Amino acid sequence: MNFGNLIKVALLALKRNKMRSFLTMLGIIIGVASVITMLAIGQGSKKSIQEQIASMGSNMLFVMPGSMRFGGVQQGNSNTQSLTVSDVQAIKNGCDAVIAVSPELRSSGQAVFGNSNWPTTIYGGNEEYLSIRSWEVISGRNITDEEARGSSKVCLIGRTVADELFGEGVDPTGETIRFAKIPFKIIGVLKEKGQNSMGQDQDDVLIAPYTTVQKRLLAQSHIQSIQMSARSAEDSDLALAQVEEVLRQSHKLRDNEDNDFEIRSQEEMATTMTSITDILTILLGAIAGISLLVGGIGIMNIMYVSVTERTREIGLRMSIGGRGLDILLQFLLESIMLSVFGGLVGVLFGFGASRILAALTSWPVSVMWSSVIMSFVVCTVIGVFFGWYPARRAADLDPIEALRYE
Amino acid sequence: MNAIIDIKTLKKDYYVGEVTVHALRGVDLTISQGEFVAIMGASGSGKSTILNIIGCLDRPSEGDYYLDGVSVAKMTKNESAAIRNRKIGFVFQSYNLLARTSAIDNVELPLMYNSGIKARERRERAVAALKAVGLSDRMDHMPNQLSGGQQQRVAIARSLVNDPVVILADEATGNLDTRTSYEIMSLFQELNRQGKTIVFVTHESDIARCATRNIVFRDGHIIREEEVKNRLDAAEMLKSLPVEED
Repeated sequence: MNFGNLIKVALLALKRNKMRSFLTMLGIIIGVASVITMLAIGQGSKKSIQEQIASMGSNMLFVMPGSMRFGGVQQGNSNTQSLTVSDVQAIKNGCDAVIAVSPELRSSGQAVFGNSNWPTTIYGGNEEYLSIRSWEVISGRNITDEEARGSSKVCLIGRTVADELFGEGVDPTGETIRFAKIPFKIIGVLKEKGQNSMGQDQDDVLIAPYTTVQKRLLAQSHIQSIQMSARSAEDSDLALAQVEEVLRQSHKLRDNEDNDFEIRSQEEMATTMTSITDILTILLGAIAGISLLVGGIGIMNIMYVSVTERTREIGLRMSIGGRGLDILLQFLLESIMLSVFGGLVGVLFGFGASRILAALTSWPVSVMWSSVIMSFVVCTVIGVFFGWYPARRAADLDPIEALRYE
Repeated sequence: MNAIIDIKTLKKDYYVGEVTVHALRGVDLTISQGEFVAIMGASGSGKSTILNIIGCLDRPSEGDYYLDGVSVAKMTKNESAAIRNRKIGFVFQSYNLLARTSAIDNVELPLMYNSGIKARERRERAVAALKAVGLSDRMDHMPNQLSGGQQQRVAIARSLVNDPVVILADEATGNLDTRTSYEIMSLFQELNRQGKTIVFVTHESDIARCATRNIVFRDGHIIREEEVKNRLDAAEMLKSLPVEED
């Protein structure tokens, strides 16, 4: 029998038992749809975390004081005052894989304009700070080098703070606000970033020269952290090594002394954070995969029933010239068709379910093409695997016995 | 005359556990082109076994069997499947039509297993076969929409469609009432008149009298073999049956 006829024969056989074929496929449909949906949920959260991390900065590295790994009797990192502006200078001079570097200091307080006020955080940085943290200025200008070094009372304002103090959508460039009783002239407005994955509003910020925050607000000589951009994502590790080398020298650490600072890269953070969603994805996928397996067993079960029920048909087919191979292929093709059709419908349902889920829950859902292709391959494999034994049994029947079967 | 079936000292043994059953104990049989042979015998006489061997569904333990001039006794399973497909037509007692499959699709089935025949030719030949059994107006009916006699006609059309050298019928009238049996026999006689060789297994003697030759089996031997004198014409018999009013 040629292949075209085989397909026709298998199709006819499935059509003769529409309800049963449909119910058998349902197992596969549900299995595939759930695999696709679950992986879409996992992938969606991974993607959104990656976007969050990307929005933090471009190829960012940062140095924090102290080492959190050595808690206990050692001082906590918040008390450590190991980082200074001269470290920033040392990195600028000594690390060619680092293209931008800025000190960072934070202070919380109340921003006041007229009779409006709003609690927010002010960040101190230099003229490179914005580019390191992937901030864009949509109105006004960035901090200049002189302002950064000269404790100028100027600031850039985040959208949320601007909305709260000046009203929705108003451009406050040129106005003066007060933060911790110090007047700051607004020189620019930052482009909106939205919420991060923890639900924290990233636009609730003021950015001022680091010297201003250091001297006027905090009155301290050390800085809280150093923010840097590596030349490229690939150079991230090189930059990390260079910065460590430079800082050990600048802190005059001996070989047997531990670092009194800690360097992290955005890459590293991304890996840590996405590893959680990776586990989630695997877990969801595995559970959905089990339902696909159950669907496959359903096919095997139905194929066994079908072979028994159609014993006489098999006998007849053999008597009119069907070879064992023809019978084998027919039943194999029936089970493959069940699983592949089921898979196709399952893919559609999976897409639909992902859309609906995304619309109803506002979860980040993103269907992976690889999961679609994978579930398709898995379906065919299921068809062959679970169809093989029933088909083999059909092909091995003795035609005389089969024709007599009651 | 041209021998379609030539069987020489054929034996068939079955092994059931440790017991050996001698189903055929040395059978010589020649059937020529255009014959209508009825094989008779009680159950266990070996008549079904010989039919299965003639139909290449089973292989003899010993002896030789030439079908249409070709030795088929020692063929592999696949070779005998091809022989069944090209040279043999089967008609069964219980019709063995595929359920929920139209008459025309049922008749096309044997040709599906012959890759040399394209869809158009397959359809044409199936239509011709259904016409030959007088069912050209029932082509798209499902088996459950047909009477027993009509179903058996579809089965006969199916056995004709590959233009076999011999049609093998196993108790083909066994499930039918007298009137319908004669209708079917009349169809077989008509096919035989057109030159078809037919081998018919039955245990009803009046059905056997429709054939041209009777062969009687007992305990694995042919015990009687005779030309039919006063052959019955099934069409005449049909006319002589009282018309039933219902």
